[in-house]
Amino acid sequence: MEKTGRRKKKGRALSVLADLYAIAMYTLFYIPVAVMIAFSFNDAKRNFSWEGFTTRWYGKLFSFSNTTLWDALVYSLVIAVLATLISTVVGVLGGIGLRKFEFRAKKFINMMIYVPIIVPEIVLAVAMLIIFITIGIRMGMGTILIGHCTFCIPYAVVTIKGRISGDNETLEEASMDLGANRVQTFFRVTIPSIMPGIMSAAFLSFTLSIDDVVMSNMLAGASQSTLPVLILSLNRTGLSGDVNALTTVMIAAMVAGLLLHRLIRRAAAAGRKRAEDGESAKG
Amino acid sequence: MKKKDRSRLPMLAQTGPVSVWMVLFVTLPLLFIIYISFMSRGEFGGVVYEFSTESYRTILDPMYFTVVAKSFRVALTTTLLCLLFGYPLAYYIAKKPPEKASRLIMLLMIPFWTNGMMRLNAWMLFFQMNGPVNYVLTHLHIVEKPVMFLYTDWLVNIGLFTNMLPFAVLPMYSSIEKLQKSLLEASYDLGADRKKTFFRVTLPLTFPGIFSAIILTFIPALGTYTVTDMLGGGKVLYIGNIIKNQFGAIRNWPLGAALSVLLLVITALLIFLYSRFAGIEDLEVV
Repeated sequence: MEKTGRRKKKGRALSVLADLYAIAMYTLFYIPVAVMIAFSFNDAKRNFSWEGFTTRWYGKLFSFSNTTLWDALVYSLVIAVLATLISTVVGVLGGIGLRKFEFRAKKFINMMIYVPIIVPEIVLAVAMLIIFITIGIRMGMGTILIGHCTFCIPYAVVTIKGRISGDNETLEEASMDLGANRVQTFFRVTIPSIMPGIMSAAFLSFTLSIDDVVMSNMLAGASQSTLPVLILSLNRTGLSGDVNALTTVMIAAMVAGLLLHRLIRRAAAAGRKRAEDGESAKG
Repeated sequence: MKKKDRSRLPMLAQTGPVSVWMVLFVTLPLLFIIYISFMSRGEFGGVVYEFSTESYRTILDPMYFTVVAKSFRVALTTTLLCLLFGYPLAYYIAKKPPEKASRLIMLLMIPFWTNGMMRLNAWMLFFQMNGPVNYVLTHLHIVEKPVMFLYTDWLVNIGLFTNMLPFAVLPMYSSIEKLQKSLLEASYDLGADRKKTFFRVTLPLTFPGIFSAIILTFIPALGTYTVTDMLGGGKVLYIGNIIKNQFGAIRNWPLGAALSVLLLVITALLIFLYSRFAGIEDLEVV
């Protein structure tokens, strides 16, 4: 009796310790975010020390006077949107196809898909750079886009492959039995049934592209810099608060988007439930 | 014959684009970089197409070799830290109810939506001479004068560790989560205590997750140049920085190619080891 009591006490102490550990680890993750947000309110020309609270960086940011920053952001966004579109289409088709069909080079292609995920990005960036220069392709937005898609497509393929199961095949067969052709089945059965996977593939591609430095830096040539590359180069002279303000606005937008997405999903689920309840009440 | 062609059409439409893309932009560039690594350097940069193993001999030159060795040490430290701190966190999350666990995973990923460069910059602000850490240290009289944290291997390690940790936690989390409760119960029923069950059942069965974590932290850490560029101020050189420099001001393409091939070989070796006991497709990457 006494022994189990002691064990319980020990168990509780352990669980408190585990909670403390998790809190400490999460704090570590959020330190950079907190510092970044805090310094967007720092009243100093360069962020070398804390000089008091100000909101003037936000004012400066939204007066659009810092065109270098906005140009870089727009350039990054355009590339990210295009990379997301291309990668999602190629990746979704590929994920479905590689799951469904058997062909001779399949093992090889499957291996190649894992290369950009595993091999250090600098290796692939340099390899592309050399081959592009040798065959005389001009560096710029096109080459950056190719670079981004090359690492986004594999993530999209892997995400999609993980979402396809035996159920999908049953549904497809049912659809064909009911007289739909391949194309109809693909767009009206296959695609809707893996929609969550497609959304997460697109989301992943976008986040990977917008945050990329290595490909964007190596394959940009003399053209416009993306935002991360601009920040990397500005870092040498010390960043001013408007960069912190911009990235704070960006993460706020992302979190707001996430919350909105959750809210909509919850509302939709509640609506569906109400409809179902109504049906059963009628029945 | 015609019928067969028709049935191949959907396959081609679906697997064609991805296959062509991978061959064009992954296979060919990698083959080409291996080829370039065996060529000679041009006098004014670029490549002279004559066979040479000079680049590989240069890597063994003490000056470069210390850099390679240091990169290994830092990557290894990062990996060990990630396993040591990541496994308990993954375990903690996996033992929570699914709803809570998915929220905790989400919380883990949110910091990664901020710009990676800004996160690194924030670590610099945090540790700079007039930064919060030095403020606390000097005001608590732990140190007399502010400590110079910037541009040290130590700060590079902090940056790498915090950047890589989620990628170690995620695969370990999913393999702990998949672990069947019945196996643990069986172990307890057969008389093993918590410690024994953990070391003899949980740990071996979650090894694929651990190895995924090793691959996903060690290899990127070995090839990084942004973390070292930002936090090391470009003063601390690693393999990644040296490769990058060969394509900028210094322009020794064959050397850059040879160092890239070195990274490729190490990656291939680790993947080979991994494939001995798990399929590459079990590698948890997303």
